[in-house]
Amino acid sequence: MGTYIVRRLFIAVPVFFGITVLSFLIMNLAPGNPVDMLINPNIPKELLELKRERLGLNDPLYAQYANWLSGVLQGDLGYSFSSYAPVSRLIGERIGPTLLLAAASLLFGLLIAIPVGVISAVKRNSKLDYFLTGITFLGISIPPFFLGLGLIYVAGIQLKWLPTGGMTTLGGDGGAGDVLLHMILPVTVVGAAIAGKKVRYVRASVLEVLGQDYLRTARAKGLRELAVTNKHALRNALIPVIAVVGAEIPLLLGGSIVIEQVFQWPGIGQLTMEAILSRDYPILMGLNLIAACVVLLTNLLTDVLYAAADPRITYG
Amino acid sequence: MMAREAMPKPMLQIENLKTYYPVRRGLFGRASGFVKAVDDVSLTLYEGETLGLVGESGCGKSSIGRSVVRLERPHAGRVLFEGEDITHVSQSELRPVRQRIQMVFQDPYASLHPRMRIFDTLAEPMIAHRLAKRGDVQAEVERLLQLVGLPRAAAHRYPHEFSGGQKQRIGIARALSLKPKLIVCDEPVSALDVSIQAQILGLLQDLQEELKLTYLFIAHGIGAVKQVSTRVAVMYLGRIVELAPSESLFRQPRHPYTKLLLGAYHPPDPLLRGMDRPIIRGDMPDPSRLPPGCRFHTRCPYARERCRGEDPSLTNDEHAVACHYPLA
Amino acid sequence: MSATTLPWEQPNTRIEGYVRQVRRKFFRHKLAVWGLAVMILLILIALLAPWLAPYPPNEVMNAFGAKPSAAHWLGTDQVGRDVLSRLLYGTRVSLFIGFATVAIYVTFGTFVGMAAGYYGRWLDMAVMRITDIFLSFPYMLVVLVIVSVLGADMATIMFVLALFKWPTVAMLVRGSVLAAKELDYIKAGVALGFRMPRILLRHLLPTIIGPIIVSATFGVAGTILSEAGLSFLGMGVKSPQASLGNMLHDAQSLTVLTEQQWLWMPAGCMILIAVLAVNFVGDGLRDALDAKA
Repeated sequence: MGTYIVRRLFIAVPVFFGITVLSFLIMNLAPGNPVDMLINPNIPKELLELKRERLGLNDPLYAQYANWLSGVLQGDLGYSFSSYAPVSRLIGERIGPTLLLAAASLLFGLLIAIPVGVISAVKRNSKLDYFLTGITFLGISIPPFFLGLGLIYVAGIQLKWLPTGGMTTLGGDGGAGDVLLHMILPVTVVGAAIAGKKVRYVRASVLEVLGQDYLRTARAKGLRELAVTNKHALRNALIPVIAVVGAEIPLLLGGSIVIEQVFQWPGIGQLTMEAILSRDYPILMGLNLIAACVVLLTNLLTDVLYAAADPRITYG
Repeated sequence: MMAREAMPKPMLQIENLKTYYPVRRGLFGRASGFVKAVDDVSLTLYEGETLGLVGESGCGKSSIGRSVVRLERPHAGRVLFEGEDITHVSQSELRPVRQRIQMVFQDPYASLHPRMRIFDTLAEPMIAHRLAKRGDVQAEVERLLQLVGLPRAAAHRYPHEFSGGQKQRIGIARALSLKPKLIVCDEPVSALDVSIQAQILGLLQDLQEELKLTYLFIAHGIGAVKQVSTRVAVMYLGRIVELAPSESLFRQPRHPYTKLLLGAYHPPDPLLRGMDRPIIRGDMPDPSRLPPGCRFHTRCPYARERCRGEDPSLTNDEHAVACHYPLA
Repeated sequence: MSATTLPWEQPNTRIEGYVRQVRRKFFRHKLAVWGLAVMILLILIALLAPWLAPYPPNEVMNAFGAKPSAAHWLGTDQVGRDVLSRLLYGTRVSLFIGFATVAIYVTFGTFVGMAAGYYGRWLDMAVMRITDIFLSFPYMLVVLVIVSVLGADMATIMFVLALFKWPTVAMLVRGSVLAAKELDYIKAGVALGFRMPRILLRHLLPTIIGPIIVSATFGVAGTILSEAGLSFLGMGVKSPQASLGNMLHDAQSLTVLTEQQWLWMPAGCMILIAVLAVNFVGDGLRDALDAKA
């Protein structure tokens, strides 16, 4: 087990460097450079050249990469073009709301997916199963922004039940209750997408366990089907479901952009859109890098958790 | 039986062949030990003979067969085909050799491509090796089918439409499509019903006569080997323990293992299908942790002190045996 | 040597071929059949858009932001273009991007995955690490960023969508190949001295095609959604060209959202219908091909 973790870590090292190279290259695909963006006839050419030199933009690409990487390894992601604030601080300020939304959506999604998946599996091929399957596919297939707009239209505007966007009410006290109220719609949208993906997984997982022998024995002993399901099947079926929750992290991070745009949620998704619109490359580079590293770490964690949860995996 | 005094030409020489499978453990998956599937085996196959290779599953007999057709690369040693070393040549250099050495697989259910019609299965080798012109392929396929006793209509069917024995006939026809000289038969009948086994063995014998083929015949059942082999090699844990002309070996086995193998063998009885496995006390040792001395001493009823310490080597006579105290 | 009776000559034996079996299983899946019907309908709409659309999609009428009427069944947008016509053309664009992108990355991913799985050793190691790298980037984020950097024309969008999707196919294919190359009928090809392209394409590919088809089908649905997301954010297909996603872009304004539902409802529903149909087809194929993809 110990060697497995160490080996997994060793594999992650080249992947980390690959991530940095790719992040760096993506940003250098951009035609021109940030100084060219500042084109302003009032700034003399010499000053622009000086700035270019100071930012190291005249160095060869590999030198720029090495320079940037050494900064990154010390936690320095550079400075925003537009606000001149350190990128790490800007991201740090905005990551909280995104994590809050992601965690709540994940929880909500699983709370729907697990019972629905289990019921679907136990009542397999019944009318109920087909109905739930249909709903599930709706969850996978609906564009999150469309669902979001629809919910805003119905619950926010027509019925006026819920706030349509933002994280707190303007001029309000900004208390937990207020935030919670603002979270309902976005969490519903993201949760629906996650639930849609997970229901099939839970169903398949429970079905697989239901087919196993010891459960047949339990059933033969006269246990009611649902009791059997609860006691024996659930634990075995859900371990893999929980263990691979980490697989949703990239989806949540990527999806946050659209969701935060729709609901005006002040997280890193909005930061991304702002940075894209103002061509603030250091922010985008930092976001890409951090997101990829988070995914790398969750994958690492998932593998380890999964290995710990499932004794059938050998650590050879 | 093979008349040795006629000085038959050696066709296939296996020299000190070793096939080891690494057992990976530890940090970087370095091999921490080896399963010695084939451990220093030398064998010569003469033109026109059938050499039976027999032993329990896991003794390494199939690894030898796979090394001969280079589906596996041996760890050490050489395989010479008609004097040419084929152990270390590249796949492309091997191609003309492959035409002359073919293989019949153990499980006919698994060895035919399920999505290909029989016609394509049989025609493809000729086309790939440019052995037949496009126009002749049809006739060639029909000839092959006839050779193995299947009707022409079979060409347009898929493998799942045939019984096991019929599939094995197709497998044989495919091997023949390249007009090989040597065929490695890797347990060709062990997946089949006993009643079908005899038909397939008969077919192999007929084909050998008609097409002047040489067989390396691998099996775990004594019955099949006895029916077709001119010489027999008995394997135990990666080694050949006895190698003799068929008649001599079955009349008077000299290695205790061979004797037990033969003693446990009963002529095939349809009621005892699958029962003709050797029943020898004890389990085969873990092949990655071989016992010291003679490999068989842990199960040998005649084992003495010397057997525990000293590894016997195969004698060099016509009835060769690797045992310190061979049976009379 | 006499042949025994052939199974198909015996009475009462029904032998079902692979293709027929797949077809039977697929058509047993009712939702999949509906999905297929809708998908075919949408493809027809996409192909026939120039003949079906009542107006050229970019033609500006004198009525802008007009409610649905007899002349404009779905009204006109804020610039004064016919929404129905744009909807039909948008479907054409969205479906084209969906299918073409998937064709690109599935082909490439299959190729890479087969090479890695079959050759193994250093190539496999390298491919595995490269897929790890690509898959570490959250898809929407990295695609959005690259498209914004490179500029959003259709070819770029398809390229970038494909660039970060092929690794999933490569991993899937690699796994299948690792299992399939141990099959006797693949080894038989090696023993018969076939060249690598023949073994890979004629023997291995038909063996592992099931999961690839299933993954490609779900991939079409996913790509349609991704493109819609990009266009919704204004980083996808650019106006004046219509795509289902960019028709929803305007709904970010509260007036459009509340007062001009005809501008965003139809496009949103169209995406939902298209994606749902393709997903149902994928589910049917998964059952029929017995593939875990």
